[in-house]
Amino acid sequence: MQKAIIEKAKQMLADGSVNRVIGWKKGEFAYDVTPAVFETAEEIDRDFVYDVFTSSNVSKYLVKETKKEGKVLVFLKPCDTYSFNQLVKEHRINRDNVYVVGIECWGKADIEKIKASGISGIKSITNNEGTLTIDTIYGTETIPAYEVMAERCLNCKSKKHVDYDELIGEDGEVIETERFDMVAQLEAMTAEERYNFWREQLSKCIRCNACRNVCPACTCEKCVFDNDDSGIANKAAADSFEEKMFHIIRAFHVAGRCTDCGECSRVCPQNIPLHLLNRKFIKDINELYGEYQAGADTESRAPLNDYTFDDCEASVVHERGVE
Amino acid sequence: MQVNDNKDFEPVIVAFCCNWCSYAGADLSGTNRLNYPTNVKIIRVPCSCRVNPMFILRAFQRGADGVIICGCHPGDCHYTSGNYFARRRMTLLFSMLDFLGIERDRTRVEWVSAAEGAKFAATMNEFTEAVKKLGPNRRLEDLRCKKQ
Repeated sequence: MQKAIIEKAKQMLADGSVNRVIGWKKGEFAYDVTPAVFETAEEIDRDFVYDVFTSSNVSKYLVKETKKEGKVLVFLKPCDTYSFNQLVKEHRINRDNVYVVGIECWGKADIEKIKASGISGIKSITNNEGTLTIDTIYGTETIPAYEVMAERCLNCKSKKHVDYDELIGEDGEVIETERFDMVAQLEAMTAEERYNFWREQLSKCIRCNACRNVCPACTCEKCVFDNDDSGIANKAAADSFEEKMFHIIRAFHVAGRCTDCGECSRVCPQNIPLHLLNRKFIKDINELYGEYQAGADTESRAPLNDYTFDDCEASVVHERGVE
Repeated sequence: MQVNDNKDFEPVIVAFCCNWCSYAGADLSGTNRLNYPTNVKIIRVPCSCRVNPMFILRAFQRGADGVIICGCHPGDCHYTSGNYFARRRMTLLFSMLDFLGIERDRTRVEWVSAAEGAKFAATMNEFTEAVKKLGPNRRLEDLRCKKQ
């Protein structure tokens, strides 16, 4: 897979059909793979990687890259194509300047889970049909891939690419998942329990803004949270109100546009389950205004940019769930 | 939900009223000599959809114990469709506040037309009573904004 991708990238750079390639770059360790822009074949040979840790969603980088001269080649996993499509729909990406190669994805590994399983000193990891062979400084270990798979991949919503110019590997199907189970569990709690759950989670927030910066739906040139007068531009929350406000508004600003790619939770250094806030909005939208998957197409109106005459009233909140 | 026993507690209610219907409705209730509690602080907005979710959180931060949004009845919006958008937005926001464990009776949307002075007064009386029962807002307060 990686070989085919690298070949494709080098070939397109060589024949001049693209000027840049967006993909993933090796880090110091096998698991700290970062998104990167490649301009030469040498760079690609040296650094390009596609493995179980290339989980970052690179579609957001196209917002800037497609504004530059020349064409960009980008490799997108199925879930990334949803974010990509959503950005195209919002006119944030110039579709003419991108060549999209959809790549097959088998789910990505969560390094926290690997470390939690007691494996350390990782040198390299190879995926062999659902089994990860981990080469460590203490010897070789094998572990089933699903045991250390990221939460969002266990609840993968689709293996289907919604937009691409070319495919490497196979295209899959939209999957029925139980991704709203955790939200439903929280909804079934009492208000007191929910309050305590979120107070515990959100108080961990260090306001690093990583969730906002990585989010493919958050592409405003100027963000409300960068306003010094907002009172919530502090680095660390001085009051518990700030963290609630930040997270409510962050999730609200992407409501109806969030494709549920799960990047927010992946990058959170404090492991706050931020995707649950986004999923709550998605679940509400699905239940109240009809099933909607952001990014699945480029024509439909976003739920919050739309209305019907007989929408439910806000008091519907009183009739649902536990008080 | 905690029930407040303190009979002296006077909540602060912030009411966002749309200029064309509810604000005029409030006016009418005044000219009709109808009573509604002095706890209610009215903020006039051009349309109910002008109300940004941030306004609501901000009101709670600055000491409100309840926030009510009043607008034209669906179909009567001065700008044709503003209240329809507001309705979706507020539904989702209130649902999220509920998800975070904030008492659901602290927020409300009510449609009050310019001719419904009596409804305005009744709504405010009822909402103030409901918030009074809940007691002071503790879950969305900002300690720095508290009066010493």
